[in-house]
Amino acid sequence: MLKVSHLSVGFERHIVLEDISFEVQPGETLAVIGPNGAGKTVLFRTLLGLHPYQGKIEWQPGVKIGYVPQRFSLTPDLPLTVREFLQLKSRNPREIEEELTGVGFEKGFLKHPLGVLSTGQQQRVLIAWALLGKPNLLLFDEPTSGVDPAGDETIYHLLHKLQTQRGLTIILISHELQIVFQHATKVLCLNKTTMCYGPPRQALDTTTLAKLFRVETKHHQGEHRD
Amino acid sequence: MIETNPLFILLVGIFVGGAAGFIGSFMVLKRMALVGDAFTHVALPGMAIALLLQLDPMTGAFAALTLAALGIWYLEETSRIYPEALVGIFFATALAIGILITPETELLETLFGSIEKINLLEGFLTIILAVLVSASGYLISKKLVLGILSEELATSVGISRKKINLIYLLLVAVTVTIGIRFVGTLLMGALVIIPAASAKNISTSLGSYYRLSILFGIASAAVGVGIAATYGILSGPAVVLTSTSLFLVTFVIKKLVGRV
Repeated sequence: MLKVSHLSVGFERHIVLEDISFEVQPGETLAVIGPNGAGKTVLFRTLLGLHPYQGKIEWQPGVKIGYVPQRFSLTPDLPLTVREFLQLKSRNPREIEEELTGVGFEKGFLKHPLGVLSTGQQQRVLIAWALLGKPNLLLFDEPTSGVDPAGDETIYHLLHKLQTQRGLTIILISHELQIVFQHATKVLCLNKTTMCYGPPRQALDTTTLAKLFRVETKHHQGEHRD
Repeated sequence: MIETNPLFILLVGIFVGGAAGFIGSFMVLKRMALVGDAFTHVALPGMAIALLLQLDPMTGAFAALTLAALGIWYLEETSRIYPEALVGIFFATALAIGILITPETELLETLFGSIEKINLLEGFLTIILAVLVSASGYLISKKLVLGILSEELATSVGISRKKINLIYLLLVAVTVTIGIRFVGTLLMGALVIIPAASAKNISTSLGSYYRLSILFGIASAAVGVGIAATYGILSGPAVVLTSTSLFLVTFVIKKLVGRV
């Protein structure tokens, strides 16, 4: 579905990603993990075509991306209803209703202003938005905060359900190792460069994790880039 | 010179107000209200240079505004942190230079508007441009709003935010140009920003936000021009103060009703 080889991304003189290679097969779930500032979101933005890069990004023909961003900056007084937000992508009212009920909302929810929803609710609306137009690859950037653990569980339950129903391929940025072990078929540990890659139980041994987290403590004093 | 029918001027004002309200609604959503306001000041040196070269001042205004739109666009797309101070300094400088080089006899009119000078041809041209600008704004509205919400979301559905932003800023340049006769270079920014800011006070949906922005723009222009004609005062301040009154009313409503 997607093959990335020797990908490097830099801003000015600062290297954010260096020599990343990975592959995603149809139906797989690839989890991208790593400390803050490791370049996870930059990787997604690069896949979407927002940053210049070196190396190769090869998409299989016919790939249609649905993207769920980590967050978007909404003020509570934003004059935009859930329906209007979904209409920015689809003109088909039936499809809009279907996708919204698919992520667990009632139809009546369409008239709510988007800005006053909780982070968890906004996230589900974003998933519905991403699913409009029937994508076959979902890029999911997990929010770091603001979603309660119980809510988190349902989001992954939902993603898993969607994946089996529609045969979606998923690339997700995750901060929860438990989620990675439960749901991912492959994991990519990222900290500027590839720290590990492969099926979670093989790739994520204690040494790798220790390394990743030690780097994280060091990293916190440094830059924040996302 | 044959005097233009006051009702015709009112009609032109209604179109200008509606277009300014609608186009301004995106500026307020972009949280660029201050930039959008100051932006209109560059029209002044443009008009002054045109007057010195014995060209039509509106052509000069449009040329200067287009250049400024390109400048804002460039900054928006290339800087990580929006250089607001720089933009403020630039527009204030443009205003200062404009005031210095505008012939003194023309200064008051260019700064605050002069509706009595609008002739029939200019009036019709203004109406046509107002309709065209609003229609173009409507056509790009969904893409524009999506780009404002999230660049990533826009890109994921194949929208080039850069391109849409450029089109939008050029539409702003046209809107400001056609509004200058009514409210002048100094206050035109207010006619772009205030109706939309008022509409935002009492809207929870995009649809009502657009409709109220247009309505408040129209009301400001119509009532303002009416007051200016009746009491023989400058149209610019009259129009802007009308829109400010609307803002105050909607602000009080917002406070009374509470956050929806």
